[in-house]
Amino acid sequence: MGSNIDALTTVFTEFYYWVTVVMMFLIHVGFCMYEVGASRRRNHMHTLMKNTMLIPLVTITFFFFGWWIYWAFPNGPGFIGGLEDGSANAAWSPTMATNLSDRITGVFWAAFLLFSWTAASIVSGSVIERIRSTAFWIHAVLIGSVFWIIDAAWGWHYAGWMVKVLGYHDAYASGVIHAIAGGYALGVLVVLGPRLGKFAADGTPRDIPPHNPWLVTIGLFLIYTGFWGFYAACNVPIISPEVIDGQITGVTWTATNIYLGPTTLGAITFNFLMSLSGGLLVAYIVSKGDAFWTYSGGLAGIITASAGNDLYHPIQAMFIAGFGAYCAYKLHYWVERKFKIDDAVGAVAVHGYAGFIGVCIAGFMLWGQPSSPYEGYAAINPLGQFLGAVIMFGVLGFVPAFIVSKIMAARGMLRIPAKAELQGLDHHSELAYQAAIDDVREAERELAAAQK
Amino acid sequence: MSTNGMESWAVDLKDVGAIYPFQGTEVILVILGVAFWIAFHVMQAKVEAGELKDAERDFNAEHSQNSIDRY
Repeated sequence: MGSNIDALTTVFTEFYYWVTVVMMFLIHVGFCMYEVGASRRRNHMHTLMKNTMLIPLVTITFFFFGWWIYWAFPNGPGFIGGLEDGSANAAWSPTMATNLSDRITGVFWAAFLLFSWTAASIVSGSVIERIRSTAFWIHAVLIGSVFWIIDAAWGWHYAGWMVKVLGYHDAYASGVIHAIAGGYALGVLVVLGPRLGKFAADGTPRDIPPHNPWLVTIGLFLIYTGFWGFYAACNVPIISPEVIDGQITGVTWTATNIYLGPTTLGAITFNFLMSLSGGLLVAYIVSKGDAFWTYSGGLAGIITASAGNDLYHPIQAMFIAGFGAYCAYKLHYWVERKFKIDDAVGAVAVHGYAGFIGVCIAGFMLWGQPSSPYEGYAAINPLGQFLGAVIMFGVLGFVPAFIVSKIMAARGMLRIPAKAELQGLDHHSELAYQAAIDDVREAERELAAAQK
Repeated sequence: MSTNGMESWAVDLKDVGAIYPFQGTEVILVILGVAFWIAFHVMQAKVEAGELKDAERDFNAEHSQNSIDRY
């Protein structure tokens, strides 16, 4: 840090990302509450642990290789160049440790890591009550530390090939996090199959109500809260044109999106709240006031508008969000009826379909705008955005999940046995719990009897 | 041709103001937004009226007593 202004900028940036990481932790708290509330009583502790343990697994694998992938894969490799030098972000690099000459890598790594948890957690909710933890945790590592971070290197990196060639723009990750995670969840669900009893013999879907609707909705509230941190974490808080070293002239410092294109925290604050509102209002009407879908619609709304929320007008964001929430609700039930897909929490719709649609809408709304402050990049355009959405949802989401799930299913390691499913995944822990209660009760009764 | 007039970032940011797409449509957007807001109230009122009508139709004294007891 050469001067006081450099020092101040660096420490501010370090603190800024640190705060976003703490805020984003709430996303995971929310996902856990949401999933536990949506599961039935006989499965809720297992459901909690399934989601909780993705935290350490994704964290260590993201440290070992996920972060390196982000810096090494912007060219594909093989699409527009070879492997980039990611050595400064490899697990053995001195900058991936306590290091007074690099104060940013740790907090920037952590911000991306929290996105990784989110990607894995989105998949977690849709597969509850019948997937083996063994299988899910392998999927969690694959989506959290491999596939999403490949898509981030391609389409969420200032030098990613999708940005350069397709003009891909996805500032707050409609596709980069949500479409890929929704596509991945769908790939697993197709192979995994529905929960027992979900469909009647004639194929009519049954509703499986959450055991605790209150917990589900508060979980979603917490996800909204953490989403604020997510939005802030997607920005570079302060940077000078000189450091960007692109086409921007003058000396005016700015906040930027992940592509280093100028935006403001004010813009995303307007648009986050207006898109949340648009989603909530439409979802309330279309679901006839159903609490679960109203909350989910708020989330779907933000997700739909996220691709362009650095640039939209707030009222545009509101309408885009409302459209996304409507589509997510309708598509969820259409896919459920038509293809017999049992997505327990609507994650494929809220994240996958809404994210896909949001990426495509941004192509029209932001048509012709620069995707980057660097020369030679394609401008934002509808075809580039559509191809980007297909890559996120399909190529890096659905396809690998489907293939890996098929392999797991063939080896009998994907789904729990039917008897275990009917009995409930908490059966053994509940027996131990009851035995412990009986034991201590008996001991206390004996002590009470001895007092006479 | 771009939806916000910016075709590259080869500009001095001190000279740049609004960068949202379709500038000049703000008044239309507000009118549409207000219509959306009013439409919500109209549709919500219809949904609620229907639900309350159903609740009246399905009234059951024993069930109500149970609900009161359950608090």
